[in-house]
Amino acid sequence: MTKQFEPVIVGFLCNWCSYRAADLAGTARIHYAPNMRPIRVMCSGRVDPQFVLKALREGADGVMIAGCHPGECHYVNGNIKALRRFILLKAMLRQLGVEEERVQLVWASASEGIILAEKVDKMTKAVRALGPLNWNEKVIGGGNGHKVVVAAPVAEEV
Amino acid sequence: MSEKPKLAMYWGAACGGCEISVLNIHEHILTVDEIFDIAFFPCIADFKVHHVESYDDGYIDVCLFNGAIRNSENEEMAHLLRKKSKVLVAFGSCAYEGCIPALSNLTSKEATFNTVYGENASLDNPDGIVPLTEVDVAEGTLTLPEFYHTVKSLDQVVDVDYYLPGCPPESHQIWAVLQVVVAGLLEGAPLPPAGSVVGVTNVAVCEECDRVKNEKNIEKFYRPYQIIPDPEQCLLEQGIVCMGLATNGGCGALCPQVGMGCRGCYGPLPGVEDQGAKMLSAVASVIGAGEVGMEEAELEEKIQAVVDTIADPAGTFYRFSMAHSMLQRAKVNGSNGKGEA
Ligand code: FES
Repeated sequence: MTKQFEPVIVGFLCNWCSYRAADLAGTARIHYAPNMRPIRVMCSGRVDPQFVLKALREGADGVMIAGCHPGECHYVNGNIKALRRFILLKAMLRQLGVEEERVQLVWASASEGIILAEKVDKMTKAVRALGPLNWNEKVIGGGNGHKVVVAAPVAEEV
Repeated sequence: MSEKPKLAMYWGAACGGCEISVLNIHEHILTVDEIFDIAFFPCIADFKVHHVESYDDGYIDVCLFNGAIRNSENEEMAHLLRKKSKVLVAFGSCAYEGCIPALSNLTSKEATFNTVYGENASLDNPDGIVPLTEVDVAEGTLTLPEFYHTVKSLDQVVDVDYYLPGCPPESHQIWAVLQVVVAGLLEGAPLPPAGSVVGVTNVAVCEECDRVKNEKNIEKFYRPYQIIPDPEQCLLEQGIVCMGLATNGGCGALCPQVGMGCRGCYGPLPGVEDQGAKMLSAVASVIGAGEVGMEEAELEEKIQAVVDTIADPAGTFYRFSMAHSMLQRAKVNGSNGKGEA
């Protein structure tokens, strides 16, 4: 029997709603896929698109951004900013050949442990069906790393 | 008389504009000629690769390498010049971060060949002749360099000492950098730390642009040909994608000053790894659609409608930095060879 592929999903969960939803899912002993690795951020609006790309680049098979429902963000409209970024990011990821299911934005309030659990289950299933992303090896071919470049000012203009 | 320091300049996948930008430092070019001996510079002097091969390692003091790594010849020369040079400068946007050639990372080698040798409207190639790396003719075997699937920046194949951004770099910046290097070589003045981006101001292009800036709230984006911009107001506020806010300064904001949105050729600001992602983030935050209190479906629909007016987000935000971006290239699926899933 071959082992089924277990995708790695990096989750960015907002402190005030979705992280609490995950907490609740835990204390309520809800069974759901263990594939999402949660990272707590203060607000879904804190999620820089660089975080998403970096996760994909460094080996994640999918990225979930989870925040409060629109209208319920603790910073008023952080999640609406997140939604704007997400919609534009999706358009760009399509051009880069990243399947739509791999990057998702979901809303889950602090009381919706069950909803978050369901969304994680659903996304895990979808990403599992797509198979591993393995960007570094499969797309770039490995050994061709990105370099972070330091910046230093040069002499003033003469 | 002591020996003059040796200068080289070579091109990978480039347009030739970088060479012109060096010659464009005006009368300073005479000073360059006075200070340096040219060791290799195919654009202006007759040198062959075997000359370079015959040099001792580190013989060339400063090598300005412009152009991206598109094929095996580019890569071979990058390795050779790295070995023969004390200071290797990634000169211009192509060598620094891939630039226009690296936009082909959004598609496949096959699709690029198809466009160039098959489908171009101006093409006359009825037999579908495509260059091969090897072909046998009566006189023997002819070879051509191998065309790579992915365009790389110079630092993705060899170690680079300095990066001088720009498409092409501005002449006053080139001269400023050359002076620093010369002071280092001749007078032992300290050089910037290896790996530095030089010839930049390390503030956003917006800082160098005098257009009037107010709050940004954009409901529709325009391509340059669709709008005659107001001469005073910030271009982004008018719905023209201007990369100024995600781009390192040093150029003096030349493009926005004349009504063309910043293309982003000076690359990311310090501390930013992925210029395109940062630009995406900035553009998304000024989208003037979707408010607190709207229904979820309506919210998405309104925002989507604005996003749909941005043509080619990947090609726009990564116009110059595709090779250096986090994902570096598109994942190519399907038979069309394009990045579409
Ligand atoms: S605090 Fe939860 S999305 Fe802003």
